[in-house]
Amino acid sequence: MTMEVESRREVSGEDDLARQELVVNVGPSHPSTHGVCRVIVHVDGEVVTKAEPVIGYLHRGIEKMCENRTYLQVVPLTDRLDYVGSMYANWAYCRAVERLASIRVPERAEYLRVIVCEMQRIASHMMALGSSAADTGAASMFIYAFDERERIVELFEELCGARLTYNYVRPGGVSFDAPEGWTDRLKDFTNNHRTALSEMDRLFFGNVIARGRMKGIGVLSAEDAVSWGASGPVARGSGVNWDLRKHDSYSVYPRFDFDVPTGSNGDAYDRGRCRLFECYESCRIIEQAAAQMPEGPVKTDGLSRLISPRPGDAYDHIESARGSLGVYVVSEGGPRPYRVKFRSPAFCNLALLPMLAEGHTLSDLVVVLGSLDPVFGEVDR
Amino acid sequence: MALVDRIGAALDRTPGGIILTSVDAVVDWARGRSLWSMPMGTACCAMELIAASFAKFDFDRLGTFPRPDPRHTDVMVVAGTITRKMAPAVKRLYEQMPDPKWVIAMGNCAVSGGIFFYDSYSVVRGVDEFLPVDVYITGCPPRPESLQDAVLQLRELIATESIAPGVRRQRELLLPTSGDLSFGQRPGVVDEGESG
Amino acid sequence: MNIDELREHLCKEHPDLCPLFSIEFGDGVLLVDRGRLFDAAADLKELGFDRLGMVTAVDRDEEFELVYRLTSRAMSCGMFLKCRVPRENPRGRSLVPLWPAALWQEREVYDLFGIEFEGHPDLRRILLPEDWDGHPLRKDYADDRMIRRPDYI
Repeated sequence: MTMEVESRREVSGEDDLARQELVVNVGPSHPSTHGVCRVIVHVDGEVVTKAEPVIGYLHRGIEKMCENRTYLQVVPLTDRLDYVGSMYANWAYCRAVERLASIRVPERAEYLRVIVCEMQRIASHMMALGSSAADTGAASMFIYAFDERERIVELFEELCGARLTYNYVRPGGVSFDAPEGWTDRLKDFTNNHRTALSEMDRLFFGNVIARGRMKGIGVLSAEDAVSWGASGPVARGSGVNWDLRKHDSYSVYPRFDFDVPTGSNGDAYDRGRCRLFECYESCRIIEQAAAQMPEGPVKTDGLSRLISPRPGDAYDHIESARGSLGVYVVSEGGPRPYRVKFRSPAFCNLALLPMLAEGHTLSDLVVVLGSLDPVFGEVDR
Repeated sequence: MALVDRIGAALDRTPGGIILTSVDAVVDWARGRSLWSMPMGTACCAMELIAASFAKFDFDRLGTFPRPDPRHTDVMVVAGTITRKMAPAVKRLYEQMPDPKWVIAMGNCAVSGGIFFYDSYSVVRGVDEFLPVDVYITGCPPRPESLQDAVLQLRELIATESIAPGVRRQRELLLPTSGDLSFGQRPGVVDEGESG
Repeated sequence: MNIDELREHLCKEHPDLCPLFSIEFGDGVLLVDRGRLFDAAADLKELGFDRLGMVTAVDRDEEFELVYRLTSRAMSCGMFLKCRVPRENPRGRSLVPLWPAALWQEREVYDLFGIEFEGHPDLRRILLPEDWDGHPLRKDYADDRMIRRPDYI
């Protein structure tokens, strides 16, 4: 099932030489598709003439399931959406519910949320960089990057006891306060991480093979990025300076000093490099947040476990590692949401694949796919 | 425990390297110690599957090496939710694996559907609906250590097997093939063309 | 730009849309008829809403409510565009000519709600297999393989 030829078709070219168009099926189980994506690729020789992603192999019906759970019981489901960055969906969902039910969040909880989400951004980008590096053949980069991710996972485990599905951000706060000495260990991590990042920059982005494989591949123009709804590093790699943390600021982000790295060429290389630079900025935010974090409670007192907001609908979005992750919650006044919709950035970014892959070779298709960084839990929901 | 498991001690006792044991014991010993895995990572558990094979947990020391090609592998690790759309593809990959083969169901989704048991219209409730599972690991997701423990348990299971065709074949015949697995799928969607 | 400035701006540029504009939970909502959906969306795009963030639908018994989330980079704000379509004949206008971002998202709405979009170039199921029966996010969807969760609360 990894790769197979489905059919051959005679195509008469302009120069009247008989050409054969090959239809190659990649996936749904393929190490370079970052999950369960199937791409039906039409190739002429080695050049992709048409790439059609087939998604839905991980469509679990989470949105339907949300309709039969209480507001609090939905939080664990949001973990399983973007499993490389579970904290984001937690937070985006909680923000929408808090807006709907007018719940105030203690300040310390907001700081903890910012810290865990920036850590999650580093973890997610490490996974994205590592796996897209492995697609270009740089296996050692994957091991270095995953090692960094593992350190963050250890810190998360200390914080909330889980390695992957944290269920940490809850409506009205977070589930646990940071344990003793956690912020010190966090500081150690950010210090070491900067060194690791510059090492990775030299190891991978300075490497002539990586440059050759990624520069000029999958070029996305800024106009297309906006009109196709791309967000996150995919849009910023094309020079679209749009980061919700900065431009539609939420939570306590206005209090921090950080930059939004953007690329200029919009190719796979710029998208990857944007992710790397974002990790530096995340380190800055984490350090500032850890220093400014006030003492106090981490959850709202007296919040019922059975949240019943008034009828209405609310949308809220945060900047996840993949782009703007929005959650739309509709309430009819009962203890269960009437409808929950997750606006997934990976889904919108993946829609660019047919456009970006066209004209490149089949081996570049996986580079393009890796640079879009889809996570199929979130694409298919 | 078969004599081959204490091969060092046995060689000490008989310098020259002759040990006497049964064919089954030798074969099981060899099979159990180089279980290459087919990482069928579909969802969240795939992250822990990757973590298990990387630097910190180091799966290689148990002789297990992830190899994303069914024809090179002995054990399929089903890590993650299997949906009705995905099930025929998983079954087909399983059928492409050479005998003898084993299946580890990693995580609650692969065991029973887990968190997606209720209210989901598209999730298959447990991979044992269509695959003969040997070891189940619970957890959502399980830690990498549990996956390594599963391989050790599988090793013990293999030690009890005989190379004569046995119960296992019969168990497999009861399960649907990838062609039978329609699951609301257009017939022939997966089975287009021959595999290359 | 906050929500009141947005209302003023909208009323100045497009007085016909002004009575349809309301504010709910701090978000601007523009509720239009099915016939005006495309024109209203085009007007909003002209007004500076250059990103189509989300396309979805809500099952409201007799009707389906199409919900579009538009975001403006220049104005740093977002708003909803809503449109109700009847359940018997769920058809909307496709916004693909304005924003290609709608291409996959409208396919998703078609897949899960069964709402058809006129003018969509490639309206097929996207998440479920092509021969799937029914549209699962409708409230009356029934599936004999689906087990309802027992009611604990």
